[in-house]
Amino acid sequence: MTDKNKYIWIEYLIFVCAVSAFGLATKNTYYLQIMTFIGINTLLGLGLNMLMGYTGQVSLGHAAFYGIGAYTTAILSGTYGLNPWLALVCAVAAAVFIAFIVGLPTLRLSGYYLAMGTLGFGMIINIVIREWADLTGGASGFVGIPVLEAGSIVFMSGASYYFLVWGIVLVAMIICRRLLASRMGRALRAIHDGENAAVAIGVNTHLLKLQIFMFSAALGAVAGFLYAHFVLFISPGSFGFMFSIKIVTMVVIGGMASVWGALLGAAVLTLLPEVLHGFAEYEMIIFGLILMLVMIFMPQGLTQGIMDMIRTARRAKS
Amino acid sequence: MQEIVQYLFSGITTGAVYAVIAVGLSMLYSSTELINFAHGEFVMIGALVMVTLWVHLGLPLPVAVAGAVAAGCVLGIVFERFAIRTARNPEPITLIIITVGAGIFLKGAAMIVWGKDPFSMPSFSSHESIEIFGAALLPQSIWIVTAALVLAGGIHLFLKQTLTGKAMVACAVNKKAAWLSGIPSEKMGILAFGISTGCGAIAGIFIAPITMSSYDMGTILGLKGFCAAMIGGLGSLWGAFAGGLLLGILESLGAGLISSGLKDAIAFVLLLLILYIRPGGLFAAKEAKRF
Amino acid sequence: MKQKHLVLAMLVTILSMLLVSGAVAADVYKIGGIFSVTGRASFLGDPEKKTMEMMVEQINAAGGIDGHMLEAVIYDSEGDPAKAVSAVNKLIHKDQVIAIIGPSTTPTTLAIVNFTKRAKVPLISCAAGIKITTPVDPWVFKTAQSDLLAVTAVYQQMKAVGIKKIGILTVSNAYGESGKKQLLSQAEKFGIQVILNESFGAKDTDTTPQLAKIKAAGPDAIVCWGTNPGPAVVAKNAKQLKIDIPLYQSHGVGSPKFIELAGDSANGNILPTGKILVTSLLDDSDPQKKMLEDYQKAYKNKYSGNVSGFGGYAFDAVNLLAGALKGSGGDKEKIRDNLEDTKGYVGATGEFNFTTQDHNGLSPAAFVMVEIQDGTWTLLK
Repeated sequence: MTDKNKYIWIEYLIFVCAVSAFGLATKNTYYLQIMTFIGINTLLGLGLNMLMGYTGQVSLGHAAFYGIGAYTTAILSGTYGLNPWLALVCAVAAAVFIAFIVGLPTLRLSGYYLAMGTLGFGMIINIVIREWADLTGGASGFVGIPVLEAGSIVFMSGASYYFLVWGIVLVAMIICRRLLASRMGRALRAIHDGENAAVAIGVNTHLLKLQIFMFSAALGAVAGFLYAHFVLFISPGSFGFMFSIKIVTMVVIGGMASVWGALLGAAVLTLLPEVLHGFAEYEMIIFGLILMLVMIFMPQGLTQGIMDMIRTARRAKS
Repeated sequence: MQEIVQYLFSGITTGAVYAVIAVGLSMLYSSTELINFAHGEFVMIGALVMVTLWVHLGLPLPVAVAGAVAAGCVLGIVFERFAIRTARNPEPITLIIITVGAGIFLKGAAMIVWGKDPFSMPSFSSHESIEIFGAALLPQSIWIVTAALVLAGGIHLFLKQTLTGKAMVACAVNKKAAWLSGIPSEKMGILAFGISTGCGAIAGIFIAPITMSSYDMGTILGLKGFCAAMIGGLGSLWGAFAGGLLLGILESLGAGLISSGLKDAIAFVLLLLILYIRPGGLFAAKEAKRF
Repeated sequence: MKQKHLVLAMLVTILSMLLVSGAVAADVYKIGGIFSVTGRASFLGDPEKKTMEMMVEQINAAGGIDGHMLEAVIYDSEGDPAKAVSAVNKLIHKDQVIAIIGPSTTPTTLAIVNFTKRAKVPLISCAAGIKITTPVDPWVFKTAQSDLLAVTAVYQQMKAVGIKKIGILTVSNAYGESGKKQLLSQAEKFGIQVILNESFGAKDTDTTPQLAKIKAAGPDAIVCWGTNPGPAVVAKNAKQLKIDIPLYQSHGVGSPKFIELAGDSANGNILPTGKILVTSLLDDSDPQKKMLEDYQKAYKNKYSGNVSGFGGYAFDAVNLLAGALKGSGGDKEKIRDNLEDTKGYVGATGEFNFTTQDHNGLSPAAFVMVEIQDGTWTLLK
């Protein structure tokens, strides 16, 4: 194994140990639930991270895939009694399919146009979910999502769901890393560094961007599935424009081309409202400010930004 | 049959609202190649400052209008200086997110300053509707259409006929070349922002009498304004004007003839259609520019 | 490698922020509150939060309950179900409350009931949705009148004045949808036919297309179901279109704000509302009158604003809870049982009689029909 691979496996080991230790040591359901939400948000961030960081595309409608995942499993397993695990497969398939249809024409545009396209698509999905009340429960929401079970284990809030979510996060991270290390990954980095050059050397940029878009949609759908079976109630308000912006913020804060960055971004954004509980009125202002400041001064994300600051400080000292 | 006339009039009213918002947005793009996703919030600021000055403080109408427009301009200039110009990495992706963040920030600030309740504002002239062909038209709608026309026409003349205007367009085409020929491109950027957000504030001032002003009115208006600007063609002022009216009328006809629940979707479906079929918009160049 | 260290370090710092917990006084009754203080439902959550705080103060000033002081821990759900879930978990597992009041809206309530049920913590919601208490769950109660009762009140009045055909216009959110369902399902019982049903967005600036369509269909009356500011826009548009048939609103606009927003187009609007809006017009013999006057006075003293019907939901919830806490010793089962046994409590919203089958406890008498004339409320007989 090369040095680099060894480091990666050590990272995974630390990750697994930290997650397991926390999960086993904490008996307090409140903390476990917060960490579970961080895990679900990490999945969302991972998908968008790949899209924004490596292909340079902005998606302002990512909450739509989250919603498609959640509602597909809710309707199939809630109304029609399908086994939730099968519903998961359907949810992912639905999201990927829709990403294909939306991505095919929009991804050949660039810059602002894609942002508007994903924005429009996100809004349309939200409106459809809200208006198709017979199927989705409409604005009042969908009640009666069944609990997940696997054999004798019942996944309800608490330690069981915590481990389920983080297990899936680990798998997703491994998949992302492998993708980046593969031929596809090298092509992605070529696009990132210079799209025209990549095209010149024969990289099929359009196809690649589409594939990443579909992958990010799949991860979003898995996150939606996990959310639905956790809260057991979903409503269209949770999957709107503001949440799409929140996912973008997570990726921006964490750092756009970094798998661990998705985790950091999710953690910061999930914990921020908890920390700000006394100042709920100021949450919107602080949120907007953070988004602005990070993008103005540290466009590569918090981690990169702080590292740069440390480096400049060190250089100034010597 | 009579209903269709009413739908048209309602469509023109809403359409004029969208048009006046889209014009300011398009104007900024044509002078700086930037899209301000926070434009809707400047509309909101214009409306709320107007409410404070005219309704709560009782200042005379022209003073209140001037005050609200000034508020919009000043905020825009501050925004340009601190948010746009200082950005380390002015890639489109970065700037988009900065403006989105600014929009959220303004919304949060407005919530604290004005509270969460909506406000009502009287019309500029009478608020008895005029009856034409059996359908009702509000006098305020005529004000809004006039404002949209004046703005579009005024800015168009400014950009085409005055030296400053032409200088601004030059900066948009190529900043370095413009600077080399002696145009103070930084000042142009400030001016462009000031004018654009001022237009946004004017939109808010004229809209406020027929809508309820609140801290969160800007989001959906801004989004629909974008759709209108895109439909007409980004950068084309008359395109924005036409796009706004078209969107308003189609929404109204859709609500009346098809289904009122899906009314909001119309704007975004049109947006997607334009992106797929004719990304330059109805009235601009055929291909989407790379920028 | 360094980057990962930094990330881990930051994660640890952030996590330690989580572990700051508050001290717990042993003999204090801790009760939780979740309200939409900010967000689209702030007109509900803000007065509810203020009311709850005011009442806890009053109760403590009078010596507490059975000698125990009350401590209210209130969180803002921002009208977002996911935030409400966060808040309820914090209340149950971190703050260890013995009962929870709120949330303010139906979606936020439905999002948290699974958690309160599982943890066996009594919940008194201030939301109107009928799904909250139907089917009845032993641990879930609510104080707001459900739309079922509101629609019944409207239809009863319509039947009395001979209205046969109506057009309805509802907001596309949970509140409007629930109202629409009730309006459609109860119409036949009162001999009313709904000839058209249209909807509009909560932030729409213009509803003239929908109103024009309804007007053209020729109904005897129009029913608008929504919460401010939408219905105010509808009222204004109706006046512009010179619609002269009666316009009915829902109890969602039962606050002075509606009259302020709609101006003179509010005149002639008819709506059902809790008695709290027309306290001064009530008969002196009305059992609710004194209690409402006291509540209004206290609220105005403390917050210098007028009460709305919505704060009343929290008022009743706190009183009901206080009553149930007596003699319970802080045991959640006992509190729940006491709640379910509550009969004849005369509150701001109406008279509550809970049973094992009815956890809302109100009857159609909880509503009075009012008409707006000259900018104020007048009772319709």
